[in-house]
Amino acid sequence: MDSKDYLKDISEIKNMMNKSSRFISLSGLSGILAGIYALIGAYIAYYLVVTYSNGVLILDGWVFRYCLLTLFTVALASIVTGIILTTKKAKKQNANVWDATSKRLVVNFIIPLLVGGLYIIIILSQGKYGQSGGLMLIFYGLALVNASKYSIGDIKYLGYAELILGLIGSWKPGYSFWLWIIGFGILHIIYGAWMHFKYDSA
Amino acid sequence: MSIITNINKAFDHRIRLGIMSVLMVNEYADFKMLKELLGATDGNLASHTKALEKVEYIKIEKQFIGKKPNTRYYVTALGKAEFKKHINALEKLINKS
Repeated sequence: MDSKDYLKDISEIKNMMNKSSRFISLSGLSGILAGIYALIGAYIAYYLVVTYSNGVLILDGWVFRYCLLTLFTVALASIVTGIILTTKKAKKQNANVWDATSKRLVVNFIIPLLVGGLYIIIILSQGKYGQSGGLMLIFYGLALVNASKYSIGDIKYLGYAELILGLIGSWKPGYSFWLWIIGFGILHIIYGAWMHFKYDSA
Repeated sequence: MSIITNINKAFDHRIRLGIMSVLMVNEYADFKMLKELLGATDGNLASHTKALEKVEYIKIEKQFIGKKPNTRYYVTALGKAEFKKHINALEKLINKS
């Protein structure tokens, strides 16, 4: 056995360790699209609030309900896009979309998100609106950092960035809207593009 | 000389390297998971897991999920240590040449 075989052994070991513990078929393109959806959604919400509500969001008006609807549409569209593009990419790589690694990824991503979502609904029902914007970014950031252990490790940097934005948001709740635009819009586009060129185009 | 002795004969096969790699980073793996990851046949995989169990590098646990038999593989502390030694030896050999 010469050193070439040893090198092959080492790369095989690394490859198998990654393949068996991380789901790496996440599509970068879906990140870019999620960011674009978020920006469109933010524009719609901004337009509604400025035009019909004098720039103030009142919690039980129709404007608020439409904003909420926009938010859910953006979230749903992002998830659906993510699933479709990731399935496509996994097929191209001959990987299984729904195997032990992707299940583990989804579970670890959803737990912080679900707890965060419920927590935010609870504090909203108690009338503490100001913190919800920052908290959503914080819980989303924690979900990303947690999920990064089971997927492409670079996801954690997106998570850290969301956490910082979330903390700024809880400190200065007035900027929440703009922090959302950065966190859910611009950062997704930057991150998605970075992943796309780093992993997808290769 | 010492480097050569650290190259472990028990790992001298692609499937065995694969089994150990998977078990190093996972709490356990079942037969189906190993089979899919390594692209090995049933008989081939069974003989290699048996060989690794014989030297006590892995532990095999048989149980039932509902009515289906399920075999889980775990790496032992000895297996972990030996595999690390093996990787270090490989890396040293690569750096030498």
